[in-house]
Amino acid sequence: MIMEIRPIFASMRKHMIPATLIVLEIALACAVLCNAVFMISQRVSDIHLPNAIDEQSLVTVTLRGTDDKLAGSDVPRNLAALRGIAGVQSAAVISTLPLSTNNWGWSFGTKPESTITDQSTTNVSLFFVGPGIDKTLGLRVVQGRFFNDDDYANSSLGSAPLPETHAVVLTKSLVEKMWPGQPALGKTMYTTGHYYTVVGVMADVLRPNIGGQNYSTAFFPLGAAGSKGVQAYYVMHCDPQDRDRIVREAELKLATINPGAVAKGQTYSEIRTKYFANMSSMAWMLVLVCVVMLAVTAFGIVGLTSFWVNQRRRQIGVRRAVGATRGHIMRYFQTENFLLSTAGVVFGMALAFGINAYLMQHYELNRMPWYYLPCGAIALWVIGQLSVFGPARRAAAVPPVVATRSA
Amino acid sequence: MFGYYLDLALRSLKRNKVLTALMVLAIGLGIGASMTMVTVLHVMSGDPLPGRSGEIYYPHLDPLPLDYHKSEYGPDPGVNFSWPDAMALVSAHRAERQAAMAGGHLLVKPERTDLRPFYVDGHYTTADFFAMFGVPFVHGQGWAASADGAREHVVVLSETLGRKLFGSADATGRMVRLNDTDFRVVGVAADWRPQPLFYADASARVFSAADQFFVPLSAALDLKFDTSGNVSAWSSFDGDMKSPTVTWLQVWVQLKDSTQVAAYRQFLIDYSTNQKRLGRFERAPGNAHLYGLMEWLDHQKLVPADVRLQLWLALGFLLVCMVNIVALLLAKFLRRSGEVSVRRALGARRRDIFQQMGVESMVIGLAGGVLGLVIAQVGLWSVRRRPDDYAHLAQMDPSMLIGTLLLAVFASMLAGLLPAWRACRITPALQLKTL
Repeated sequence: MIMEIRPIFASMRKHMIPATLIVLEIALACAVLCNAVFMISQRVSDIHLPNAIDEQSLVTVTLRGTDDKLAGSDVPRNLAALRGIAGVQSAAVISTLPLSTNNWGWSFGTKPESTITDQSTTNVSLFFVGPGIDKTLGLRVVQGRFFNDDDYANSSLGSAPLPETHAVVLTKSLVEKMWPGQPALGKTMYTTGHYYTVVGVMADVLRPNIGGQNYSTAFFPLGAAGSKGVQAYYVMHCDPQDRDRIVREAELKLATINPGAVAKGQTYSEIRTKYFANMSSMAWMLVLVCVVMLAVTAFGIVGLTSFWVNQRRRQIGVRRAVGATRGHIMRYFQTENFLLSTAGVVFGMALAFGINAYLMQHYELNRMPWYYLPCGAIALWVIGQLSVFGPARRAAAVPPVVATRSA
Repeated sequence: MFGYYLDLALRSLKRNKVLTALMVLAIGLGIGASMTMVTVLHVMSGDPLPGRSGEIYYPHLDPLPLDYHKSEYGPDPGVNFSWPDAMALVSAHRAERQAAMAGGHLLVKPERTDLRPFYVDGHYTTADFFAMFGVPFVHGQGWAASADGAREHVVVLSETLGRKLFGSADATGRMVRLNDTDFRVVGVAADWRPQPLFYADASARVFSAADQFFVPLSAALDLKFDTSGNVSAWSSFDGDMKSPTVTWLQVWVQLKDSTQVAAYRQFLIDYSTNQKRLGRFERAPGNAHLYGLMEWLDHQKLVPADVRLQLWLALGFLLVCMVNIVALLLAKFLRRSGEVSVRRALGARRRDIFQQMGVESMVIGLAGGVLGLVIAQVGLWSVRRRPDDYAHLAQMDPSMLIGTLLLAVFASMLAGLLPAWRACRITPALQLKTL
């Protein structure tokens, strides 16, 4: 092997242009590929963000256009009707759902003097929940308790967009952000005019919109009577196979008993799919571009190497005539390709991390993890070896007699 | 000579069909992918009001307190106007025309019993809106400025909504029930759909929404209609939309020439200075700004980062394809060293060889361009099937069509430069000896 590298370098120096082109091709492919794969992985991990509710068992109907003043009697009546549908295991109301894009955010601090403009406050998505929501969504309370009947009865919406109550349940990620390393139960979060005490901590539930601090979610109790009709989402828990039937029945039922309002039903899976539809179509497009680009690169290497082999038929013949075996010739071209790929990968990785650094500045992308380096290198080595195999075999098939012709 | 070179090129390309096909495919794929994304970007950054956009401006004030820090998660409250500021600007009448507006989402209860109630998107605005943006009317017209002051319950419907509610008859004078209040129809606007819907709040789906109704802002506020855009408060907020520390309105003005623009800019600075003196504003009055329509769209970054990223990716892909074509053309041209040497020996100059090779690259470019067009159409078709709100816009106009072909020819000729240069540097004597 060692002996063979020197003549390879000598030959490359004579054929600078094809050698440079192969290196350039691999470098570019490597740079674009690494960044594309990285973007795909980012999107895939977003699409699969965990969400601590029973997503597969949830059905929801949004009801809008009802008389806010009658919410106290309408909501219990509507819920009773929904519970009457066969297969509905429980039903409750809530003001929004994770990934519904319907967000109400507010900033809270950990000190009584915290105002909304403080640097130290945390932006939180507010969910106003009705009785029974914990069981319906399948929430997991990891510390403390969920709301009791008194919490619901004593809470209402005044003129401010914050509920008049003092109880709140936060997600695990949120309490860790607000009070790092401290027990959260009994802690209080503040904003001008309102304060709320943490009575329980639940497993991580996503916000209505993601993009930074995905789990900054706070649940507030809100009974129907004082709700001013903000709890437009009727949520039902059922067996996954009943979902499609229950969506239709529930939508029809709410539309019938609320003739002046607009009812729209969907399963929770539909909400999630709709939220990530753009992302997944983008991910598929990136995959397509990667595959086509790898194919184009491979064809380019095949074309160049074939040309190169043709140019050097006589030299190959001479080598064969003075005793080189077919294996030697094969290995010569494979080694040559390996060296060129390596050079390409080195440049390509520098370029890939350079592009990544640029994208990080301008497009809120994360840093590419280090293991993209070995993975990208291996992928391009494999592609290089696969595409050089055919031309190298043709080179090895050159008979020694070529050396005697017209030399 | 060109015809002869063309003939030579076609013969040469026919001789090695696989190689030719490979090159055409490479340039076609690269061009197809790039043009798909360029077209999407082109239609998204188009002019929503052709012929009029040069006169339309968005003022910007800076009413935020000094210690305000924008949360990474939330929208920027400084983009919109509070009620007092918007009303001050509109009632000052310092521009040719001016209007304040906010997005709305209202429940329509049709008289027809066969229609269930449904929600529609529209805007709450002031009288100048229609004349300023040149909204075309089918029946009637917009409301007079007096209707704003009197908080009249009048409405302008879109043609689509008018037809849905009242059939083909003229709807002016009829009543429409919006959120449990009756509104009298004063006008029916022809379906008017600027792309993007530049005057809407930036959080709206600006590429898909078309407004179905317009009602006076004063009436909407009176009736406590909710706004569908961003509402940002930086002090305590008790639901009072007239609060000076809540922003939710957009203000647009029409200015005829640069003198008016300069005067209006000064007016904004004077207004800010005055507000600062009164203790309402805390930041420098010089922060007040006047954006042209296109400048504002650019500032608002309506084109999603994803689309820009995809464009970069597609261009990177085109580059990879071009390097490939350089390699393949090099292989092709140098293989014909013998032929080139014979021509050179018979008196052809280097320039002639260079031209001959150039024509061959151009033919490949043209073929690749045609293939690229087909691929771009498939690409755009797949974009149109995507769920993004801009998807339906993805269509190629004639200028993009010609641009695609030109780009393909340009790219392949650029790729042919190095190989052609190498080919015309061949030393004829060395090659001829081996023939």
